[in-house]
Order: sequence, then structure tokens, then C-alpha cells
Amino acid sequence: MSETPLLQVKNLHTSFFTDAGEVKAVNGISYNLDAGRVLGIVGESGSGKSVSAYSIMRILTDTGRVTEGEVLFKGENILNYTPQQMQKFRGSRISMIFQDPMTCLNPTFTIGSQLKEAIRIHTNRTKEEIEARAVEMLQLVGVNEPERRLRQYPHEHSGGMRQRVMIAMALACEPDILIADEPTTALDVTIQAQILELMQSLQKKMGMAIIMITHDLGVIADMCDEIIVMYGGKVCERGTADEIFYNPRHEYTKGLIRSIPRISEKHEKLVPIGGSPVDLLNLPKGCAFAARCDHAMKICLEQPPEEVEVNDCHIAACWNNVRRMMEEQKGGEEA
Amino acid sequence: MSEQKHLVEVRNLKKYFPIKSGMMNKTVLKAVDDVSFTIDEGETLGLVGESGCGKTTVGRTLLHLYTPTAGEVYFDGKQVTEKNIGEFRKDMQIVFQDPYSSLNPRMTVADIIGEPLDIHKLYANKQERADKINELLTLVGLNSEHANRYAHEFSGGQRQRIGIARALAVNPRFIVCDEPVSALDVSIQAQIINTFEDLQQKLGIAYLFIAHDLLVVQHMSRRIAVMYLGRVVEIGPARDIINSPIHPYSESLISAIPMPDPETARHKNRIILEGDVPSPLRMPKGCPFRTRCRYATKECEESRPALREISPGRFVACHHR
Repeated sequence: MSETPLLQVKNLHTSFFTDAGEVKAVNGISYNLDAGRVLGIVGESGSGKSVSAYSIMRILTDTGRVTEGEVLFKGENILNYTPQQMQKFRGSRISMIFQDPMTCLNPTFTIGSQLKEAIRIHTNRTKEEIEARAVEMLQLVGVNEPERRLRQYPHEHSGGMRQRVMIAMALACEPDILIADEPTTALDVTIQAQILELMQSLQKKMGMAIIMITHDLGVIADMCDEIIVMYGGKVCERGTADEIFYNPRHEYTKGLIRSIPRISEKHEKLVPIGGSPVDLLNLPKGCAFAARCDHAMKICLEQPPEEVEVNDCHIAACWNNVRRMMEEQKGGEEA
Repeated sequence: MSEQKHLVEVRNLKKYFPIKSGMMNKTVLKAVDDVSFTIDEGETLGLVGESGCGKTTVGRTLLHLYTPTAGEVYFDGKQVTEKNIGEFRKDMQIVFQDPYSSLNPRMTVADIIGEPLDIHKLYANKQERADKINELLTLVGLNSEHANRYAHEFSGGQRQRIGIARALAVNPRFIVCDEPVSALDVSIQAQIINTFEDLQQKLGIAYLFIAHDLLVVQHMSRRIAVMYLGRVVEIGPARDIINSPIHPYSESLISAIPMPDPETARHKNRIILEGDVPSPLRMPKGCPFRTRCRYATKECEESRPALREISPGRFVACHHR
């Protein structure tokens, strides 16, 4: 593609400087996001999936810092923005929703005043227009009796309702990108289905791109065009949903897929990934996953694997994949 | 129900919590309202439902951790009451959801696992106690070096193993597993699920496996009970319930599972339920599910459907099925 992608993340590194040392949460991730696409970032706790999004939004805690890399929005590096520019940018170009809608809404203000604030900051509409827009947004996200709801406080709403309000707030200024950080993890299955359905229909209607961050492979498979699998702050594998689920090339991705229970006629034993997650304070020299990998080779312990293209829509960073591709090539030549 | 002897039998279990609202008003929250089921020796019964449906309360009331408001619990044919529950503690154990708050941070692992041994005096001397603790640690996939450490030194998955070892210490025949894997990462979750399965095979323990994750429950259980607002709406063989749910609530619950498979996801017909679960304080009259049910009629408003046997071992509480 010759066009510049909507969002380009280039070699992003983020660390937290704590008393115990430097915690390397994100260690060089790169990806592109085109307009109107849904990108899923999947990984376990501590894989750096949320921190990578916080780095883009520049909402890291005081101890966190982007140490290297660029984030280009329509070709412009937003990491160089001043705090004032960033404030304008957040909410209007990229907005974000979080896992727990209760802690994200201020309990001392009404839903209406919080929703209207978001609209007021980013547009120069009159009071009446802002009110009308707020009602319109609540209707859009399926909140009934929007006029009454605007006067209510967050605690008067259920978890699902609050997440709808958060979505309304995030989309009120029609951003180009919506980052959703575990948006349904705190919700029940039937409410989760409502919210996912809502996000899908709004995405079709408004055409924004979505970055969906979750640990749930089911949600990812349901929603996403493209998937990034993260482990130890790095991209293991990136590709279309079909490539990742049906042709996984990184041992970690394969392990993840094997370890989730499925509905099948026969009772199949799960194959868990042994060991425990990598310590971000002391990252190994080689591949971060090597210590838990059944197929680790000598090189895995010594040298971090580079991202290799499997095909046009699939990239993997695994030495086993490199070996497999070399063998396939050799086999092809001999034949 | 058949006359066959079950390991655990729960009959018409009720647990109401008094709630004070305002100065004079006293209402009751019917957390569990007339629940009955049985569990056989070495079997797993899965209990699913959304938050607030009473599934955890069922587990705890069954063990008399909460005093039942009404109903009976039988273990191995003998009735369990407030007075004699002590005799059954050795046979019935529990593993909790949160491996962080369910282990005492001031106790070493050896003391955590050793405490039930102390209480029930299951050893003759110190050496035997230490041996038993090591044996239990090995059984759940830890090792003897871990014995003298404290709970905070372990990861979530390892802590859950400690919790399991503590439950196993008294050689129980039945364990209530209350969301034992929902606080864990996927890869660790699979380790713990396998541990539960291995232990069942080795020791023949029966489980009441409480969880909200249907994929996990159907993987673990032979039979499944679906709860909604304090009542069981459907109970039957796991495979039948997953493949062809009968109650409208189980139907939509199962259709709402996000399948970790893009192909299935593309062709899935999700039945989206309207609205939220009503507050258990303002329980709808008649069928509790009727406010969100697409088949609801006048009849559902008037009378509460009883659990009926539809096919052998399959019970459903719905007027229209």
C-alpha cells in the first residue's frame, strides 16, 4: 500500500523506572493500522498490551516513559506533541475505553455533565447543541430514556450501562481510532455479547478503526480483522484472524490456542503452557518465551528472534518458524 | 428422582439474606431459592450463571458456611445439619476463587497445608506431618522446597495449587470449586484445570465446579446446572445442554459465548438478551426470566414454572418447553 496508514507504531519501547529497577514493559513493537479496521492485541497479564496503548495515548503513570520509537498518526509523530496539543488530540482523534467503567466515571458528577464535558472540550457547539448531541449519543449506544439518564449518577447504572456511557463519551467527537482496553472483561457473558454487538454496529456506522486489547481469544476471534499476539513486551506474531488461528507460527500462539477449552464431542485434554510468565525486570537475552517453550533451540536462548514474513498478511518472530521456512524452501528446491 | 444413592444430595435449598433498607423497611434477598440437585461419587457437576445468580451462595450454603434458610443437604445418605457439620468437614472441602485473599499472608505454605492436618489430627508425629505436607505439594505440582515460603512469594497459579493442596489435606471425597480458575491467565488456567482432572482420576473426588466461563465448565463437567436469579432453570448432561439448550436463558447464554475460532464466529447466530438481570430484591413475579425472554407470555407472568423432567436426567423450568 502506498498510502500512509492511519496509525503507525514504530519500534516502541516503554519502561517503568521503579525502585527495583527498570521494568521493560514494551520492548520494540511495530504495527500499522488502516482506517476502519479492527486490530486485536492479545496477550496475558504483563505482556505489555495495555502499556503499549497507554504509550500511544500518553497516559502512562509518572514512573513510565517511552524510551524509544515513534507513533505516527497520519504521518505525524504524536510523541512530540506538547501536553496542550495532546489534550486536544485525545478524545477527538483517538479515544479510549477501559475495563472498569465504574472507576473511569467520576461518581460525584452526573452522566450528563461528564458526557457533555467531552463534547464541549473538543467542539465549539452551543449549549443546546451539546445537550442534543449528548442525547443523540446515548440513543446511539442503546441507552433508553436518554434525557432521564443524563441527570443520573454513575452508581445508578449497571455495569453494562456504564460501559455504554463510556462508549458514548469516547465516540462523541467521532474519533478516527477507538482503543478498547479489555472493554468486556468485567461484564457477564450476555452483557458482553450486547457490548460487542454494539461496538461492531457502531464501527460499521461510524467507520472508525478499533484497537481491541484483550486476553480473551474468543472476543478477538469475534471482532478482529487483524491480530497481534504479544508476550514479554514484544510482538510474537501478527496476521489476519484466520492466519493466526489456523496457521499459527509462533510457539506461544500455538500454546495459547491449545490451552483453551473447546466444545467438542470427545473429551480432549488441554495442553497448558508450562512455567510462569517472564520477569520483566530481568528479560532474557534471547527469545522471551524460550524458558517456557517446548521447542526451544540453542539460538532461542542466545539471540532474540526477528520478525519474519510468512506471507503477505502474516509476520512471526520465532526461530522455529525460521527453521521451518528454511526447510520448506530447501524441500521446494530439491523437488 | 431415582432411588440410587448419591454422594451429595441437595433438596429445596434456600438461602435468604435480610437487607435493611431505610429505617423501618426490612426486605429479604433471596440469593438461593429452592435449589435441588445431586452429585454422584467421582462426578463433576458444573454450575453456571451470571454474577448475582446465587451460584457461589449455593456452594457455601451446601457446606454450611452459610446457614441454610430452608432445605436439606445429604452427604453419603446422611443428613448434614448445623450440629453435625464437623463430622463432614473432612469429606467436603472448598477451593476459593481468589488465590490472593484466601491464603493467610502470615503463614508459611507448610502451615497453611498443615492446619487441616492439625485440626483433624491426621498424623502421629512431626515427621509424619512434614511427609504428608511434602506429599500434598508434589500431588498438586509443587515441591518440598516451597514448604517454608510465604504465599506472597508465589504466582497466581501456584497459589491456587496451594489452595488445592489445603483442600486435599484431609482426603475429601467432595470439593466445591468456586470459580477456581477465573482469576488466572489462559495458559495457567489450563494447568490448573488439568490438575483438577488428574486429581479426580487419581483420587475419585467429586466436584461442584462453579464458574461463569461456559467453555471451562463444559470441559470439566459431566452434567451442568444453569442458574438464573437464585433458581436452577435447566440441569442435564453437559453435552446436551451445550449442543441443544432447551431453556431460553441457557439458549442465549450459550449463544453468547465468544468462540475462539474465527470461522464459527462468522457464522454464529447470537441471541442478544435485552436489558440487564433484574435486581434480586425486586424479583419479577412468575418466571424470573420473563422480563428478558423472547417467548414470554401471560402464563409466565402468572405462575412460576417448576423444574420438569423433559428427557431422562434432563430438567427444565419453562412453561413453553
